[in-house]
Amino acid sequence: MKLWKRLMCTARRKSPWLFHMNSGSCNGCDIEIIAALSPRYDAEQLGVLLQGSPRHADILVVTGPVTNKAVNAVKTVYDQVCGPKAVVAIGSCPATTNVYIDSRTLSGPLDKHIPVDVYVPGCPPRPDAIIAGVVKAAVLLAERGMNATAGPPPLAQNASGSAQDDSSVGSGVVREVQP
Amino acid sequence: MNPMLTALARMLIFPGLLFAVPAAWFFLWVERKAVARMQERVGPPFMQPFWDFMKLLGKSTPPRPGIAGFIMRAWPLIAVGSAAGAVGLLPVLPLSGGFEGDLILLLALLELPSICIIAAGFSSRSIFGEIGSAREAALSVSYNIVFLLAIVSIAASQHTFRLEALAAMHPTFLTVLGIVAILICLPAKLHINPFSLPNAEQEIYSGPMTEYAGPELAMWELAHGLEWVAATGLVATLVAPHIALAWGTSLLAGCLFVVLSVAVVLLLSVLAAATARLAIDSSVRFYWQCTLIFAVLAISSALFVRFWL
Repeated sequence: MKLWKRLMCTARRKSPWLFHMNSGSCNGCDIEIIAALSPRYDAEQLGVLLQGSPRHADILVVTGPVTNKAVNAVKTVYDQVCGPKAVVAIGSCPATTNVYIDSRTLSGPLDKHIPVDVYVPGCPPRPDAIIAGVVKAAVLLAERGMNATAGPPPLAQNASGSAQDDSSVGSGVVREVQP
Repeated sequence: MNPMLTALARMLIFPGLLFAVPAAWFFLWVERKAVARMQERVGPPFMQPFWDFMKLLGKSTPPRPGIAGFIMRAWPLIAVGSAAGAVGLLPVLPLSGGFEGDLILLLALLELPSICIIAAGFSSRSIFGEIGSAREAALSVSYNIVFLLAIVSIAASQHTFRLEALAAMHPTFLTVLGIVAILICLPAKLHINPFSLPNAEQEIYSGPMTEYAGPELAMWELAHGLEWVAATGLVATLVAPHIALAWGTSLLAGCLFVVLSVAVVLLLSVLAAATARLAIDSSVRFYWQCTLIFAVLAISSALFVRFWL
């Protein structure tokens, strides 16, 4: 049983599949995500695959400052990702709403609506930083599988609708590293 | 030896499950690695398909209540079962048994996974799944005519529907033509690049697989890998006649089978990396207009040889 658990953890660490969600981003971070998968950086050597359907994904990669129009979509897609799952916020927008702060068309930052595990700051972050963030999220998934079988609770049971009190969710910050 | 025992050994050990499942992962890795190398990437590590499979087994699935949910869960299992059965029927080792008409059973088992995919897309009730299934159905109607005609022409030229006899036949111009026609159909059967439109990611997410998650998706991946093994193995057994009989040992026959299968996988992967996806009308037109002529030629000349020469 323990062997099975360890095998599962290794598998989770080695096979992070992404679903990319744009919540009103300027497209800068999205281009950098694509660059991370391109031949120059080749995230597939770490097992990273970009999936077409949120049902197939382990890690939800969110860009953009979460506009009013995008809130429900973000929550729906988060619930569609099957557990165990992690969320990576790409860029400064989902972390802080960046230069759009206090705009009346926004309801960000992202962690008001779904629990965020890893923040990758930058406007936009470099592809290396994005890959580092995704790998960090994959390690988190593996550690969580080692400690408990259940992932973070679904949004419906999250009483306040906020993830700030979810202390089991790590908030590893990946800093931008110049190559 | 007891024919029952032989059949069981073929289904469970070689070339059945015990060989076919690792071979499926290996072929999936070869395909991904070859595509990555063609794009000047490093590509996934050797164990990647295995890790993907294990991880998917450990994921949760959304609740699927009622009989519709049950049916939806059943499709990937049927697909895995039929693909594994098709691999088990391949006449790899000499004197491995078999029966008159096992070619027909093999064709049926090879066809079943794609029927499962079509049914799965419709039973998932996702709009993307339905579009993917409709495309898969249109594609399967097109390539199957050519595929079946090619195999029937080979069988007709040998007067038999027994796989072992086909595996031991002498190559003629006709069989070469038939094998080329089968090779042309394989990209559509395996949903790889020029004909990957049933699961065209940029258009319809994952097509019929869109709603599947966790262990169900793992089964689909496994079924896809087993389809690779069965389809390339069929070509390998047809290409190398007398591999077993001429050189005697079973070990050598098994090794040659694996090497030839990997060569076919490499060929198809390079084709997949070098081409872009065709639209549905171009794909259907390709099979009905360009390839069907050769298949009809093959079968008519096979019948001609059979009855008049």
